[in-house]
Amino acid sequence: MNFRISEKIFSNYLSFLIGSFSLLAILACKENKDRGQEDISAELSEESKANRKWPEPSSTMEGIAIYENFEDLEPVFHLENDTTYVINFWATWCKPCIKELPYFEAVDSIYSDKKLKVVLVSLDFPKQIEDKLVPFVREKKLNSKVLVLLDGKYNNWIDKVSEDWSGAIPATYIYKGEQTKLIGTSFENLAQIEKEIKEFL
Amino acid sequence: MSKLILVLAGILFFAMAQPINGIEIGDKAPDFKLKNIDGREYKFDNIKDANGNEPKGYIVVFTCNTCPYAIANEQRLIDLHNNYAPKGYPVVAIQPNDPAVQPGDSFQAMKENAQEKGFPFLYLLDEGQEIYPKYGATRTPEIFLVDANRILRYHGAIDDSVRDEDGVEQKFVEDAIEAMENGKQPEPSTTKAVGCSIKTA
Repeated sequence: MNFRISEKIFSNYLSFLIGSFSLLAILACKENKDRGQEDISAELSEESKANRKWPEPSSTMEGIAIYENFEDLEPVFHLENDTTYVINFWATWCKPCIKELPYFEAVDSIYSDKKLKVVLVSLDFPKQIEDKLVPFVREKKLNSKVLVLLDGKYNNWIDKVSEDWSGAIPATYIYKGEQTKLIGTSFENLAQIEKEIKEFL
Repeated sequence: MSKLILVLAGILFFAMAQPINGIEIGDKAPDFKLKNIDGREYKFDNIKDANGNEPKGYIVVFTCNTCPYAIANEQRLIDLHNNYAPKGYPVVAIQPNDPAVQPGDSFQAMKENAQEKGFPFLYLLDEGQEIYPKYGATRTPEIFLVDANRILRYHGAIDDSVRDEDGVEQKFVEDAIEAMENGKQPEPSTTKAVGCSIKTA
């Protein structure tokens, strides 16, 4: 009888012990987890602060921003706000690119009251920026934001824009926050671009 | 029953994971029968290396007369062929653009360009634009390095500075051939570069 009682007390004691340890463990875990979350959110807010800013160019030519390296331009592909960015890769030597430019210009003006920004990223040869690109932008009076990316180490950055992009131009990358789409072919008319954009607005 | 669903789901997954068009590393390269600028038709079976032997590999490149990036790579293709055709790896250039869309890439224009630049390699016209989609080529220039068994071993750019030969630090195709010669898998086996989209009606 005595033995039975002590056994019961012992087992109760044991469950109490196990229980408290588990509780401690859970609390400790929770504390760790909370701290972990705190760390992550701190990192995130710093990152998102950086991701709200349009990056400074390496230089400018007649108001056209020139970026030497993709890293310098990269924040443009990760801006965290509710604007839809329509980023078109083109060059003055690329015939289908020139052909679709007016459609992007039209989008830029049609949706000027919406949160939408057209960015035309020129991949012109560095030697042709001054002689070809700048005069082209001036003559065509392009209203959309034109900038130049000089980084010729393409294999290092094409996938950072989108793994779906083969590298052929023209190519258009549309994004709003986490929603992204790469269109690796040229647009034949304005309606085709608008159809893509409407998925974002 | 549940097993059957699992199997079906698996099949569906793999079917979806496969690219709609084109080949990946390890896939068999599609054969072709295309007219060379000398008027003769070529396919894998009747292409020889510089010594008249069965090639150890084929440097298949989709390229054209008109794309500035293709032009920037012409001398590099000539050098590749002159250095590697004697070692068993001839360059096989295929022009994929539709001459109706890009007159500068007509058969006649190909002949003239090859003569002017002194192309030592085959320069074939993808008449009807049937071959390039089988490879999944999207741009010019674009390399498909194929081994003696016609298995794709490397796909992508010639080197890491397609636009500017002076900036080359890594010669992807030469490194890939070196790896094949040593019985290794090329690393990287795929790279990307900016190029002109293939012009088709």
